[in-house]
Order: sequence, then structure tokens, then C-alpha cells
Amino acid sequence: MDEFPDGVSRPGDDHQEDRRFFLKQSLAIAGLTFAPVSFLQAAELDTPIDPADKVKIALTINGTQRRLSIDPRSTLLDLLREQLGLTGTKKGCDFGQCGACTVHIDGQRTLSCLSFAVMQQGRKITTVEGLSNGTQLHPLQEAFIKHDGFQCGYCTPGQLMSAVSCIREGHASSEAEIQEYMSGNLCRCGAYPNIVKAILDVKTGGDPV
Amino acid sequence: MFNAKLPEPSLDRVDGRLKVTGTATYSAEYPLENLAHAVLVTSTIAKGRITGLDFKLAESVPGVLAVISHLNSPGVPGYPPVKQPAERAPIGTALRVFYDDFVYFSGQPVAVVVAQTLEQARHAASLAQVNYQTEKHQTDFEANVSKAAVALSVQRNKTSPFQDYDRGNPDAIKTADVKLESTYVFPTQHHQPLEPHAIIAVWETDDKLTIYDKNQGVKSAQGNLASAFKLPRENVQVNSPFIGGAFGSGIRVWPHTIAAVLAAKKVKRPVKLVLGRELMQMSVGSRPFTVQKIAIGASSDGKLTAITHEGIGQTSTYEEHLERTILATRAMYACPNVSTRYRLLNLDVNTPTWMRGPGDATGMFALESALDEMAHELKIDPLEFRIRNHADTDPERNLPWSAKTLKECYRTGAERFGWDKRTSEPRSMQANGLLVGYGMASSLYGFHRHPSKAKAVMRTDGSVVMQSATMDIGPGTGTAMTQIAAKMLGVSPNKIRFDLGDSSLPDAPGQNGSATITSVGSAVHVACEALKKKLLTLAAAMPNSPLANSRFEDITAKTGRIFPTANPSASISYADILKYHQLPQVEVTEESKPGPERDQYSMYSFGCHFVEVQVNPLTDEVRVSRVVTCADVGKIINYKTARSQSIGGIVGGIGMALMEESVMDHRFGRYINTDFAGYHIPVHADIPQIEVYYVDQPDVYVNPIGSKGLGEIAIVGVAAAVANAVFHATGKRVRQLPITVDKLV
Repeated sequence: MDEFPDGVSRPGDDHQEDRRFFLKQSLAIAGLTFAPVSFLQAAELDTPIDPADKVKIALTINGTQRRLSIDPRSTLLDLLREQLGLTGTKKGCDFGQCGACTVHIDGQRTLSCLSFAVMQQGRKITTVEGLSNGTQLHPLQEAFIKHDGFQCGYCTPGQLMSAVSCIREGHASSEAEIQEYMSGNLCRCGAYPNIVKAILDVKTGGDPV
Repeated sequence: MFNAKLPEPSLDRVDGRLKVTGTATYSAEYPLENLAHAVLVTSTIAKGRITGLDFKLAESVPGVLAVISHLNSPGVPGYPPVKQPAERAPIGTALRVFYDDFVYFSGQPVAVVVAQTLEQARHAASLAQVNYQTEKHQTDFEANVSKAAVALSVQRNKTSPFQDYDRGNPDAIKTADVKLESTYVFPTQHHQPLEPHAIIAVWETDDKLTIYDKNQGVKSAQGNLASAFKLPRENVQVNSPFIGGAFGSGIRVWPHTIAAVLAAKKVKRPVKLVLGRELMQMSVGSRPFTVQKIAIGASSDGKLTAITHEGIGQTSTYEEHLERTILATRAMYACPNVSTRYRLLNLDVNTPTWMRGPGDATGMFALESALDEMAHELKIDPLEFRIRNHADTDPERNLPWSAKTLKECYRTGAERFGWDKRTSEPRSMQANGLLVGYGMASSLYGFHRHPSKAKAVMRTDGSVVMQSATMDIGPGTGTAMTQIAAKMLGVSPNKIRFDLGDSSLPDAPGQNGSATITSVGSAVHVACEALKKKLLTLAAAMPNSPLANSRFEDITAKTGRIFPTANPSASISYADILKYHQLPQVEVTEESKPGPERDQYSMYSFGCHFVEVQVNPLTDEVRVSRVVTCADVGKIINYKTARSQSIGGIVGGIGMALMEESVMDHRFGRYINTDFAGYHIPVHADIPQIEVYYVDQPDVYVNPIGSKGLGEIAIVGVAAAVANAVFHATGKRVRQLPITVDKLV
């Protein structure tokens, strides 16, 4: 990954409806995959693709606009962890089954291990590092500490990002509903009852999330 | 006395802020310069030999720095030279990495690819070609069970606890009034910590190694690597301040750690290696597949007269993994005639290892299920049956218990749970169209304590630094230790820093066997006591000191000051003591270790679990709807973190009871459910609120702080309590875990 000075055009914030955006992204990837001559040669020669053929993207991470040149094979998770040093987002399974890698993409909770980095052109990404307001913790971060909503702490960033969405989506009105809508985030230490209490506490406390 | 309220102020986790902000640094997260990435190539066969390696394609991938196998490994100096002709490793040999061409299990590392980036390494690893000469493997436990035998290590050690054991009359079972005999099957289970095992290896110089590694013992990892690479111990630095769960998977140094160290040596750069979820199930051990046969005899008035307990555990072909499977049966109940047998079965699998409550969780599933079966047969309430057979002294060692309040645990658990509402007949309780079952089980775990050191430093500003090479894999070690130090020194917890997870710190055991509080907590206690004494001496030497003639017993420490207990107004602050003597700091390092008390008392923690399940009569889906757990683990240091640990044990036990099983396809000798879609662990929706109670009385014989460990006893017995509840709900006794729908239909 390199930061590059010559920016690429941003599609702007007026996101098209999902299907149209998906098609655009898919076409973009198809283009990336097949257009460069070296790629075609690689296919013919049955030799590995040269990853030097990097792709330029621009996206916003925790409020900071980043212009990056990236390996098209990078997942958003690996981009964050391995290239940008944002290791708060965790890799638990790399299969979209544990939720440890949960981030917000344009406000939606998303599994960053199942999202290619090149698909994030123009998107706004929020990670756990972007949750607090400077040194002031987010109410859910405070509540997780108060209710001991973790032990080893590894699933915690993903739990927190999901918890924010769980409340914002309006799915935190009862313990049972929280349990249902948080079930994509695994915790092997078994902090579930404490996490549920923390979320319910923040929801009923009425602090803005 | 039970205490449902907080008996002591419960400190929030000292590292809580780091964990909720994503700034706690786990092993794979150190941003070292020039870092290269490694990906393992692992065997696809369970037994055989490597006949050819073709890495041309892999090596041609741009960014690839090296592909390392047994053919070009820089070598591990601690391994003996390869014999000619090469032969399979004898029993008792830890897997030698990139050593020769033998394959011992499917998923064994056979090569490692190192590249500039993770993407390059992963792609190149997929192109590595390995050819094998396959030999017929044996991985099917049941098909091979006749080959089970006494472990070689037990044959060689006549005092091994795993020797055949007979108490009283081994034939008493034959003449029992009522006799039951059943076989219980415990599947292979995996630890599955959310953080995958990871290491960054750095050769600082040719003979100086630093690793950032996920493990449960920095000192044992240091010792292991020093001996493997023939380095002085102090030349190996192990940094592991944050561990994302482990549950036993990090007790050993596994092959991937050695592979990363070899890779870093080869490419002369720092190398990071992170196991994928699939390899987490193939390369860092498991709870072993275990079959147990229990015969239990009782008199018609509900007294146990005889128990025979046989256990056969799975191990690899190159190492023997033994665990306590049959041992709890000797100590748990007052029964005059007890026989145990323990055997191992060598199969072509990776060596199993300790997993939370090792052996006891397995054995107590069988024993506590068998107790429930007998209680049903005798038409005695299962709780009452256990009370009638309570062991007032240790029937195995004929010693008094150091402390045992199990009857209080039973009483409180039953009361909080509402056990008296249980109607005895199976299928007799229903609610909202669902079958309801109440089940309970006892729990025990042996007391372990190891020599441990701690350093305590008082600084000029009155702040304290505590150091010990202990670990925190999740329970909150630093928090509990801070609380112990704060209490002894009379210093606010926010002025104390506790350092751990660093092999350069004073000696401490790894985090296993529920021994951290008992060992390191004691060391922190005595170090702070010694520091306080030293500071008292310094204070007494100050002019007109109010402490000039004070004995240690007659002083009190509070809010960073010490004073004669009888005269609180005549206090001196720690900061002033250091200032007066112009000392930058005052420090002590103390060791705490067990003494002869082990020979005078039998030391265990005891507890019990009460579980309610609801079973859908149409689909047979089982859900745990309520749990009450009680334990006597001596003095509770931090109620908040202790409670979380107990809850965690219950959650693990529910997984064990209802969903966890690593399934192997024996045609290939390979696990097939190697992700969270196939290997189910409990999720939010599976877990109800859980009530936790502690006796919270110090056990005065075990150590200076009166605390016993909690990590393991929290899970022991849970699976049996669930199985017993399922029987009560459905009338079906499931003796093979997990209790899935197919076993209830």
C-alpha cells in the first residue's frame, strides 16, 4: 500500500441505490481483473498474477480521507490491519462467521473480512478506533467496562461496532431482541450476558449512540 | 455465608479502556519495520512420507522471499541429526518441524512460504505442490479401541496417579443392591479462542531472539525456544501482554511457532505467522476423544457402595497426552469401593492438549450423569442422593479437606434455583407448550499452586509498579493483582501498574490449572508486605517519626500513607518517606511457594450447577433457559471479574453439552467442520442470564490470601447438569455429547 498524491475521482456521497452500486463495483472489479496486459499474459502463461498491478482507491476512514494504492486481493480487514495499522478491528475467522471484524461502512455494520478493499471506493468506514470522541469514550464503551462485557477483549471491537448498530437499527428494545441481533458476534470467553446488559443499559439510558 | 452482593469494591478491569478502544496490542499487531508474512503449507494426508516438493510456481510469485521445508530448513539445533535411514519419531517426541519427510497427522506443517505481503504469501502457498507416499492411517477411535493400552509413561512410573487404582473390594460392584453400567462418549473438542494463534519472530542478532506470541506462559515459551535453538535463556525474549483467549491451546509451544522462528532466520527479517481458523482445529491441540465406562452400585437406601470408572483417551502416535479423566471419581463421593483404569489409544492425529477443566470436565460428565441415573433408579432426588454420599474427608487420601462447603453450595443453589419445584418424573414439567427439565451436577477442581515471584516498586510520587511474568488470557489477572496490591499497601488502584506477559519479568508459572491467583496472587501479597515493611523501616528512621517504635503488626496503610493503627493522625506518606531518604524508588522482589500443607490437607474447590432446559416436543430442540451456579473457591478477590469467569465456564459447558464436536472424515483422517459454521459454539441467543454465587470465605490452609482458582471449576460438571436436565425434560438419557436433535428423536 502506498499513499499517492494524484487522487482519483470520488463518486461523491450521493450513493446510488444498492443494486446499481453493486453493479458498478462488480464492473469495476471485472475491469481491474482482465484489462491489464500482464494479467492477460498471466492467464495465458498460467503463471502468477503480478501483484505489482495495484489499484488506486480513495475512501474515508474514521473521518480522514485516505488515497491508497492497494493489492486488489486485499480484504478491507487486511487493509486496515496489515497496511494502515488499524489493528482494533480483529480477524477471528476470516470467513464471516465470528463478527470480530465488524466495521461500519456508510453507517451499516459489515464484516470487513468479506469485503474487498477495492470495493470501498468513496465509502465512509468507521472502525472501533473511530468510536470514541477523542479521549471521551462512547457510551457503549463505558457500559462494556461497567458491566464487564468482555474478558480477553479480542471480540470486543466487533461486539461494540455491532452493538452501536443494534441500537441504531432499533433492535435493542429487550434482552431477547438484543440477543437475536447480536448473535453474529461470537465471544468464546462467554461474556454474552454482560454484553446484553451493557447494550440494554445504554439503550434505556437514552444516550445518543 | 453466601454473598450475592459485592463483598469488596469490585475494580473495573485495569485494561478495560485499552480493550474497548481497540488499542490493546495482541501478538499479530506489532508494527515492526520490514515485516514479512508467512503462510503454512500443511499436509493433506494423515500418515505417510513426503516424496516430492515442487515450489517453482510458488517461488515465482512476486514478493516471495522463501519457501522453507525439511529440505532447506535452517534447522533447529536442539533436534538430533536425522537417522539414516530415517525412522518415525518414538513416543514422547514433540513434533519436529521441517525435520524429515514423515507425516504424522493431517494438517501437519510441511513447508512455510514467506513473502513481502500477506496476499502474496497466501497466494504462493496455494501454489506449493507436495507429493506423498500415503500409508494407511488409523484415526477412527471406535474401530481401534481394542488397541488401547496403559501409557508408556505410566508403565515407567509406578507412582503415577494413572496407575490402576483399587480402593476397598474391587468385586463389591457385583453384589450391590442396585447396579448400573453405562458408556459415555466425549467427542474431540477444540478450544477455538476468538484470536487465532499468532507469532511475530525477530532475530535481533544471530543468537538473540524476540517473539511476540500468543501463549499461556512466557517463561515456558522462553525455556522451550532457548532449548530448541540452543540459546541462553536470557537471549530469548517473549512478549505476550494481551492474549485473545486460549483455554489451554497456548500452554505448549506448537509447530507453527518454530516454523515462524525458522522463517525469520531464513529471510533475516521479522516474520509474522497467523493461523487460519482451519489450522486452529488442526495444529494447536484439542480436548481428546474419550470413552468412559462407569459401573455404579448403591444400597437401596441410597448409599454408594461401589464405583468402577474406566477411561480411554485419544492421543497421537508420537506423544502421550494424559488427563485427569478418572481421578475425580476417587475423591468426589464417600464410596468405600472404587476402582479406576486409564488407557490411551494412539491414533494418527495431532497430539491433544489441556482444554479448560482438562480431564475433570470429561470425567465429571460421566460420573455426574451416572449419579443422576442411579438417583432415578433409586427414586431419590438427585440432590438428596449427592448429599447422602457427601465425602466429609478425602476418601482417596484419607486426609481432611483444607476447606469444603459443598453442602452450603447445594443448599444455596437449590434455594436460588427453586429446586423444590422439581417434580421427579421425567416429562412431568411443562411450560408454554415446551417440556421443562431441571438438572444439577456437582463440580470439583484440584488446587494447584506453583513457586512464583513478584517485584514491587514504590516510586517517589507514591505510585507503585508491580511486575511478574504471569499472563492474562482473559480472566483479568492484572486487575486482581492490582486489587491485592492496593489492599496490602493502602494505595489507590489507579496509582498501581501491574506488568505481565513479558519473559524478562520475575519468574511466574504460565496461566493454567487455575493456578494464577493462588500462585502469583500470593507472590504479590508477600512482595507488597515486604515493601511495606521496608518502607516502615525507612519511615521509622525519619526525625521525630511517629512510627519510630511501631511494629509491623501495629501499623495501617491507607490512601498512600502509613500510620500507627492506634493513632491515624500521625501518618507519613510513602512519597515523603522516599523524598526524605532521597531515594528514586524502593523495591523488593519476593517469592511465594507452597509448603508442607499439601501433605496435611486435601485441597480442592467444590461447587455445583443447576440448569433448566426447555425442549420443544415437536422438534426436540433444546434450549438452556436458566442457570444457577455456586462455588467455593476461597476468598474472592474481584467479584466482577470472578463472576464473568464463572459465566464463561457455564457458556463453555453449554457449548460442550449441546453443540461442540470436531468431526473427522476417517477416509482422509481429517477434520471436516473446521470453521464456525461447522463447529458450533454458543452465540448470544443461546445463553440466558446466569446467576453466580460464591461462599467467599478464605481457605486458610492453601496460601496467604486464602483464594483458590476459578477458571476450571466454572466448567466442570456443567455438561452433566445439562444432560441431566434434558433427561428430566424428555426421559431420554444421552450419553454421547453433544446432545443434538438427532440423539433425541
